[in-house]
Amino acid sequence: MKHLRSIDELGVAGLHRLLDLSDHMAEINRRPVPKVPALRGKTVVSLFFEDSTRTRLSFETAAKRLSADTMTFSVSTSSVNKGESLRDTIETVAAMGVDAFVVRHKSSGVPWQISRWTDAAVVNAGDGWHEHPTQALLDCYTVRTALNRPEGFDGLHIAIVGDIKHSRVARSNVWAFAALGARVTLVAPHTLLPPSLEGWPVDVAHCIDDVVDRVDVLYMLRMQRERMHEALVPSLREYTSRFGLTPARADRLQGHTLVMHPGPMNRGVEMAVDPAELPGSVITQQVTNGVSVRMAVLFDLLGSGSGLAGEAS
Amino acid sequence: MTDVNNTSVVIKGGTILDQRGEQVGDVRIEGGVITEVGPSLTGDRVLDASGCMVSPGFVDLHVHLREPGREEAETVETGSRAAALGGFTAVVAMPNTEPPHDSVAVVQMVRRLGEQAGLCEVLPSGCITIGRAGEVLAPMAELAAAGVHIFTDDGTGVQDPLLMRRALEYAKSLGILLAQHCEVSRLTEGAVMHEGGCCSRLGVPGWPSVAEELMVFRDIELSRLTGAPVHFLHLSTAKSVDLVRGAKAEGLLVTAEAAPHHFTLTDELLSGFDPIFKVNPPLRELTDVIAVRQGLADGTIDAIATDHAPHPPELKEMPLDQAPPGMLGLETSLALSISELGLPLQQVVALLSWKPAAIAGVADRHGRALEVGAPANITVFDPNLAWTVSSSGLASKSRNTPYAGRSVRGKVRHTVFGGNPVVVDGQAQR
Repeated sequence: MKHLRSIDELGVAGLHRLLDLSDHMAEINRRPVPKVPALRGKTVVSLFFEDSTRTRLSFETAAKRLSADTMTFSVSTSSVNKGESLRDTIETVAAMGVDAFVVRHKSSGVPWQISRWTDAAVVNAGDGWHEHPTQALLDCYTVRTALNRPEGFDGLHIAIVGDIKHSRVARSNVWAFAALGARVTLVAPHTLLPPSLEGWPVDVAHCIDDVVDRVDVLYMLRMQRERMHEALVPSLREYTSRFGLTPARADRLQGHTLVMHPGPMNRGVEMAVDPAELPGSVITQQVTNGVSVRMAVLFDLLGSGSGLAGEAS
Repeated sequence: MTDVNNTSVVIKGGTILDQRGEQVGDVRIEGGVITEVGPSLTGDRVLDASGCMVSPGFVDLHVHLREPGREEAETVETGSRAAALGGFTAVVAMPNTEPPHDSVAVVQMVRRLGEQAGLCEVLPSGCITIGRAGEVLAPMAELAAAGVHIFTDDGTGVQDPLLMRRALEYAKSLGILLAQHCEVSRLTEGAVMHEGGCCSRLGVPGWPSVAEELMVFRDIELSRLTGAPVHFLHLSTAKSVDLVRGAKAEGLLVTAEAAPHHFTLTDELLSGFDPIFKVNPPLRELTDVIAVRQGLADGTIDAIATDHAPHPPELKEMPLDQAPPGMLGLETSLALSISELGLPLQQVVALLSWKPAAIAGVADRHGRALEVGAPANITVFDPNLAWTVSSSGLASKSRNTPYAGRSVRGKVRHTVFGGNPVVVDGQAQR
């Protein structure tokens, strides 16, 4: 693997490889001193052109636990604000000696453009509405561990609820869940679905009530308040009435059903119930697993190939 | 430069291809006009045309020369050079410069810059509305008196249907032609590429076909209502082609053009997020490409027009949603038309030459059959020469061709403009 820009460039075998590797990383993270020298001497640069505290901290924690050197470049302190082009920025930073760029950008496709301008590995930490592959990996890893499904997701039914159209999380998770064998149902009004679902391995429901009592995983997406002026739904109240997880709906969940959310949550909108009171909520585990999965990604991209066992200390 | 008054030029050994068909023969040019057509002519200067077609010069209804205002992308001179190398003896310069073509002063400046370059005739279009803002009509009578024939707000369409109706009514009395960039902009806010399966997967905002088709339909009906002719710029969708076909069958005064990228490329090229493939209207689906080809074949679409739109590299390296739309076209149009359309050569030349010349109102001097007395605006091209497009090999000031590395067939060898050989053996002479 040269880059991680999208889920489909991983392939099914790559997905399984990274999830297996995440198990090893999780084991490291449970140690009293959760740090190994696997990426000593490697430099990982976080390029965050859009704010994201949790993803940036998760990647930096992952890199540090593998003993990589980390640098953070955030747009508010950069020369991008002085008019420097994206390409000049990349070439300048790359000239300092970089092994991997972790890129977050509000525009879809920027990790592809960057990968044409540098020899360093490029990890997509979220691009526009397009993809967020490490989110999909940590979500798959969370389902795999919480439901004890190391072989895959055959027979599992996963519903993704909310604003699919503008969601990079959905555009990664749909393909990852489906590649692992799950049945995926998208739950949204047509205004919040992509204009075409041709070729997507999904079916569609138009009210959360159609799926809430039968799915194994209920994956709630954030409903962004700033979308309200685009005439996508009449009101947040109406959105909650058809797509929100309310206490009444939570009561209809099966006992084993997982409730997931990529964060940050809109309480009272899509999450009209306190997740702390949901027995199936694995929202905190998602965050914890994010570190292990991102360690696996960085190790897979930058590791020497000699494996972890000998290097762990 | 050749002195047109004292020197004779003979185009020798080629096949003359014009409205009348094909005939083997030489062409002698003196004083800017054709003075003799026949076998074994001699002259002071001989342009070898063996293996080549000798045709009326090409006319491009749609180019962005960027001057004034965006000279880092193109100038009238560099764009004229690209045009001459592409076989064009006349180009219609789009009005979206800075300032735009909404005053006689700007229009006259662009025409004068074209004359100074001396590589082809630059025909400035005029704005339909002041500042292309879609609110107040531009001084169309003044601009028409200054020689402008085609009026458009290209870059955007005229959104207000009442204003478009008034513009058509007003234009009718002036004998000018309104040309519409068909895009209902409320439906394309933030749009980056064609709306369909590809944009859905890539997570970028889509430009729905219906945004073009609604305006094509509206303006067909406004043309019917007003009796004024309307020309449709860069048709890109199958339904748009159908609408124009239907309007023509009814005898309405509509004409249309299509760009080479809309009959050669599809939206899937954007899967690597390279803004080189971003254009407006966007690359669409294979069914649309096939429909545009069919429209060119059956005469629904009257002309091939490049929508030559230069942009400097730093703008085409911006994120896809921020990069400006547009592609180079002048130097690849003939080759793509020959290579990709599968049409008889005469039909290809008709689409590049005399049909657009008539639409541009310059049929008195461009696109004329190669007869004695006709102004010598002539293109000599080898229809069989295979070559590979290279962005660094283009004369345009910009490099944003989507065809770099593509193997094509057909190349301009000589271009004669106003009697002067401005391109000889594929090299610009000035």
